[in-house]
Amino acid sequence: MRLVLEIWRQKGPEAPGAFARYEVPDASEHMSFLEMLDVLNARLVERGEDPVAFDSDCREGICGTCGFLVNGEAHGPLPNATICQTHMRHFKDGDVLRLEPWRARAFPVRKDLVVDRGALDRIIASGGYVSVRTGSAPEANAILVPKPAADRAMEAAACIGCGACVAVCPNASAALFTGAKVSHLGLLPQGQPERPLRVLAMNAQAVEEGFGHCTSIGECAAACPAGIQLEVIGRMNRDFFTAALSRRDELEPVAVLPKSSALRAYVAEPKKGET
Amino acid sequence: MATAVKDLSAPAPRRISRLGLLWRSTIGKKIIMAVTGLVLVLYVFVHMLGNLQVFAGPEKIDAYGRLLRAAPVLLWTARIVLLAAAVAHAWAGIELQLRARQARGVAYADYRPGASSAASRTMLWSGLLILLFVVYHVLDLTVGVVHPDFREGEIYWNVVKRFGQITGVAAYLIAMVALAFHLWHGIYSMFQSLGLSNRRLTPQVQKFAAGLATVLTIGFSAIPLAVIIGVVKV
Amino acid sequence: MATDLRTAPPGPSAPARARLDARVPGGPLGSKWEQRRFEMKLVNPANKRRYTIIVVGTGLAGGAAAASLGELGYNVVNFCIQDSPRRAHSIAAQGGINAAKNYTNDGDSVERLFYDTIKGGDFRAREANVYRLAELSTAIIDQCTAQGVPFAREYGGTLANRSFGGALVSRTFYARGQTGQQLLLGAYQALLRQVAAGTVKLHPRHEMLELVVVDGRARGVVTRDLVSGAIRSWAADAVVLATGGYGNVFYLSTNARGSNATAIWRAHRKGAFFANPCYTQIHPTCIPRSGEYQSKLTLMSESLRNDGRVWVPKAKGDARAPGDIPDADRDYYLERMYPTYGNLAPRDIASRAAKTVCDQGRGVGPGGLGVYLDFRDAFQRLGRRVLDERYGNLFEMYERITGEDPHDVPMRIYPAVHYTMGGLWVDYDLMSTIPGLFVGGEANFSDHGANRLGASALMQGLADGYFILPYTIGDYLARGGLAKLDTGHAAFRDAEADVLARSRRFLEIGGTKPVEHFHRELGNVMWNECGMARSRESLTRALAALPGLEEQFWRDLKVTGTGEELNQELERAGRVADYFELAALMCQDALVREESCGGHFRVEHQTEDGEAKRDDARFTHVAAWEWRGHGPGAERPIRHEEPLVFEAVPLQQRSYK
Ligand SMILES: Cc1cc2nc3c(=O)[nH]c(=O)nc-3n(C[C@H](O)[C@H](O)[C@H](O)COP(=O)(O)OP(=O)(O)OC[C@H]3O[C@@H](n4cnc5c(N)ncnc54)[C@H](O)[C@@H]3O)c2cc1C
Ligand code: HEM
Ligand code: HEM
Ligand code: SF4
Ligand code: F3S
Ligand code: FES
Repeated sequence: MRLVLEIWRQKGPEAPGAFARYEVPDASEHMSFLEMLDVLNARLVERGEDPVAFDSDCREGICGTCGFLVNGEAHGPLPNATICQTHMRHFKDGDVLRLEPWRARAFPVRKDLVVDRGALDRIIASGGYVSVRTGSAPEANAILVPKPAADRAMEAAACIGCGACVAVCPNASAALFTGAKVSHLGLLPQGQPERPLRVLAMNAQAVEEGFGHCTSIGECAAACPAGIQLEVIGRMNRDFFTAALSRRDELEPVAVLPKSSALRAYVAEPKKGET
Repeated sequence: MATAVKDLSAPAPRRISRLGLLWRSTIGKKIIMAVTGLVLVLYVFVHMLGNLQVFAGPEKIDAYGRLLRAAPVLLWTARIVLLAAAVAHAWAGIELQLRARQARGVAYADYRPGASSAASRTMLWSGLLILLFVVYHVLDLTVGVVHPDFREGEIYWNVVKRFGQITGVAAYLIAMVALAFHLWHGIYSMFQSLGLSNRRLTPQVQKFAAGLATVLTIGFSAIPLAVIIGVVKV
Repeated sequence: MATDLRTAPPGPSAPARARLDARVPGGPLGSKWEQRRFEMKLVNPANKRRYTIIVVGTGLAGGAAAASLGELGYNVVNFCIQDSPRRAHSIAAQGGINAAKNYTNDGDSVERLFYDTIKGGDFRAREANVYRLAELSTAIIDQCTAQGVPFAREYGGTLANRSFGGALVSRTFYARGQTGQQLLLGAYQALLRQVAAGTVKLHPRHEMLELVVVDGRARGVVTRDLVSGAIRSWAADAVVLATGGYGNVFYLSTNARGSNATAIWRAHRKGAFFANPCYTQIHPTCIPRSGEYQSKLTLMSESLRNDGRVWVPKAKGDARAPGDIPDADRDYYLERMYPTYGNLAPRDIASRAAKTVCDQGRGVGPGGLGVYLDFRDAFQRLGRRVLDERYGNLFEMYERITGEDPHDVPMRIYPAVHYTMGGLWVDYDLMSTIPGLFVGGEANFSDHGANRLGASALMQGLADGYFILPYTIGDYLARGGLAKLDTGHAAFRDAEADVLARSRRFLEIGGTKPVEHFHRELGNVMWNECGMARSRESLTRALAALPGLEEQFWRDLKVTGTGEELNQELERAGRVADYFELAALMCQDALVREESCGGHFRVEHQTEDGEAKRDDARFTHVAAWEWRGHGPGAERPIRHEEPLVFEAVPLQQRSYK
């Protein structure tokens, strides 16, 4: 099949970007979308042109590395699937596909379709964990968890951290991502001690990172490859409400990692020669 | 507890007011919007019921009008609560939406919303329309300065005269559509903001929101329509 | 006599043919680890933050180690190549993690897990390490549960288990089909907690390209910032490599695209011995490749073989649709060749059988590289509902990739490279032959011998990271003798210069073909000649073919762009260049090991019914290779031996007839 691709090309973080037009005259319907891009890139290299930079690793929908918009849809047209899981048989001969990177102030473009999602890591770092020292854990079966709670927690924990929810949200909100972690830990007994603090800290971080708020628009859940439901945002809001009203003494100051924290190391890092 | 917090907290812990904590965070602001939104919804609902008395004739509705004015203290507290709610609501909503604009940064060349309703993506606009309407509306039927032929205390007369003009009818109906949009999504979102949502409840909530929005819109719109088709006349 | 490689000057000047000493503590097997921990010197808590430890890798092994070391108060510097530590390849593990909890009361125990692992490894693993692994397995489950890993549960709220990989007891803990993901997120969250606390400095999108050895000790690394291209040195008192497996040397494997051997290979070149490079595991149930462009292979859970029947047409090139082929014309070869185990024959046996029938030209699907995994009978016997409950998500995953619905047409499967048991040689303390260089997870060679049992790699990675490295590194530091030094030292400047020169070299070749091309070619050679079935001929062919291919690579490679930007072609070029050198070593190792054991199958050494035949008299040892240079005219690498003694489990041949 023959495809026309309009791909966002941007040399570097500060460089201006623009769409460039490419043709793949001989894509096979059995290729995955990323393999189709591999083919394009091989040709570009042979022609001495700079290949299109895009992120991918596992190529089976679990690592959350890949992701960009195809004709305005995050991870392409397939529901609940990453772009690496999308095969060309879902497209038609002669299709014109526009590939655009995730766009959010918190996700600066590094090159072409590659963005920096460190902001999501910093949200987790601000409180998305259970504080337990290695070795200090009790016997596993001493903590009983009702099966339904465990199953709900697993559903929320399935988030692959791809950032599609932010990308499709008209407010560029990380509510679904944050809500998923808040729900995962909030549903389990292990997560209770830090529950109020966690929800406040993680949201303070999300604000600091420049993510928008949630208007319950619902595009995020529709695009989420892990099938995370809007319910997790409701849970997060409820936790936030109770925490803000009842437990505020122990809450201030809410932890906010400076943008220039270790997780931003390579931005601050001296280029060759500067040192 | 969490080292993340201990290690990073430079200033000594400071006690912060509940409201402050809410107002400073995006989720908190949404909670405030939901609560104020609820107040406004309740008012609008009662207001609709009151207005529908025009169908019962001049005596009834004018009596209702006098009743409202019977206890000025109550009236003014109500008005102040209402005003406060509207201001807080609008302020929060506008601020959040401005933040959201920045959060996107570069706009998409191509963006195809799939799952969401137009109403959910235009809350600011429907809201602002309502704002304009309310200002106009109060000047019109409460104060009377923009009214063609205003008679203090004669609600029935004022209403019928107002909708004697096609322009008035149009202005109101447009506002009612805006209200329909705003509440169609707003009432559902209100539950979500307050955390009252789960896979069983939410679909019901959405039906309820749609239903209430429709009832309110039809209820309000019935009056101008009734006047032009002459069901309600002086 | 045993030369102690910790005190002996290691690195390039290591003593030739030293018999490797793993420094296993004395005493009975059951108390060795106890004993070792007691012997350890401790670091004064007040001094801990004065020690800098570099951890390369954020997978189960690296993430757990960095988090635990940070918790202890050390100053940890952590690197990974992905944009987030959470994306390490451990995330892809599906099946589960073993632990000797005996929650199912079916007679499991530390001894049994130890025994199964030794036997599964075909008696090519170190008893003391494996026993420690079995001991620590239970603590891992406790730790992960406390972190909030949402393991599957019974209705009573206790943890659920299932049996996995042909084990006779149910000792596998799992979180849906995403066990690796959940375990990794647990470690990742613990890691980020330390990052927020300031004890761990995290550097994503940084690739380690050189190890820096000063006075025979590992004292730092040189990295490339994959975004800005900046080359930078990092000094430390100890270095941990937890950089995963090297299965991608075969180009197509179930590993992630980014998985690579560069970190361990660079260390090998600096003097770390490479153990059993030829031990690779081939997984029988993967989705076959559909064409030349194929970029990776996807694993299908082995559990499918419980109800699916494996077959190929009896006749060569039978073009009929599977449905139209009557049983009379079908060859259910596993059931035919292994009546007792049938479709459940172990990984390596099932894989080889598939290759055999395909080599006979009876394979199905594109290129005849596939066999049918047919659920027709199961559907008739159990009905669609039951099967969908068991395998629904797998059927869906298969259909998503192939576009074929297993309900209507049989699945097509084919073996694929899955895991590498070989890796950098480490002693009982997980320290390589370079003092101060520790290696954890799939990157080291320990614990799995010649074949890894299902659900035991996650166990090993976490045992290394949470419960072994934090102790043994402390002991190493406490023993002192580390001179103060910073990146001003000449060794760092030289290393940086080498890295720069190398990347400049890639950029200047200016050939005509992209990296992908050469990687694919290399993969074909390795898969055909050094894959499932190896022979003296095939390996000699490979060793003859590789240099030519490598020479082409260095002559005809084209890398666009510059070194001062995000340049994915440049990243891959470096990795493939290292694969070429590693591939040669794998073939040599496979050639010298004149026996069949576990994943290493030499056709010359098999029983009449095609079983792997070990040669315990000659090969009950670990082969650890010492770097001697590479390329025309270079010395051949030196093969050191670590003898393996089996006191607890007597040597025995396995049979699956
Ligand atoms: C599809 C699949 C399914 C599996 N299922 C199971 C299972 O069910 N049970 C089981 O026990 N095992 C399973 N395994 C095996 C297991 O997942 C791996 O062996 C294990 O996760 C390896 O963990 P690791 O920490 O050693 O390495 P990885 O998780 O691969 O981590 C490697 C880390 O090193 C970093 N890195 C690599 N090179 C460099 C460099 N040069 N510079 C800087 N950083 C670098 C990477 O960024 C990454 O962070 C499976 C493997 C695969 C492929
Ligand atoms: C005065 C002018 C108004 C403005 C500017 C306004 C603006 C908004 C905006 C922008 C939102 C979306 C908040 C978000 O971004 O998530 C919103 C939500 C809402 N509005 Fe309004 N609005 C106005 C009046 C009203 C009125 C009169 C009502 C009721 C009759 C109302 C009821 C609601 C409700 C219930 C919500 C949902 C709150 C939530 O999502 O939690 N609004 N409004
Ligand atoms: C066709 C629809 C409507 C009609 C006929 C109508 C009619 C009236 C009338 C007659 C009054 C004056 C009452 C009095 O002076 O005692 C009034 C006041 C008011 N109306 Fe409406 N109204 C309508 C819709 C709305 C809507 C949709 C809103 C809000 C979104 C609204 C908000 C108000 C407010 C805030 C006041 C002032 C109340 C006060 O005196 O404090 N009205 N309306
Ligand atoms: S919530 Fe879904 S869309 Fe968002 S990051 Fe997680 S997996 Fe991706
Ligand atoms: S789309 Fe955005 S507004 Fe909320 S519901 Fe999803 S985050
Ligand atoms: S590459 Fe891992 S999810 Fe797509």
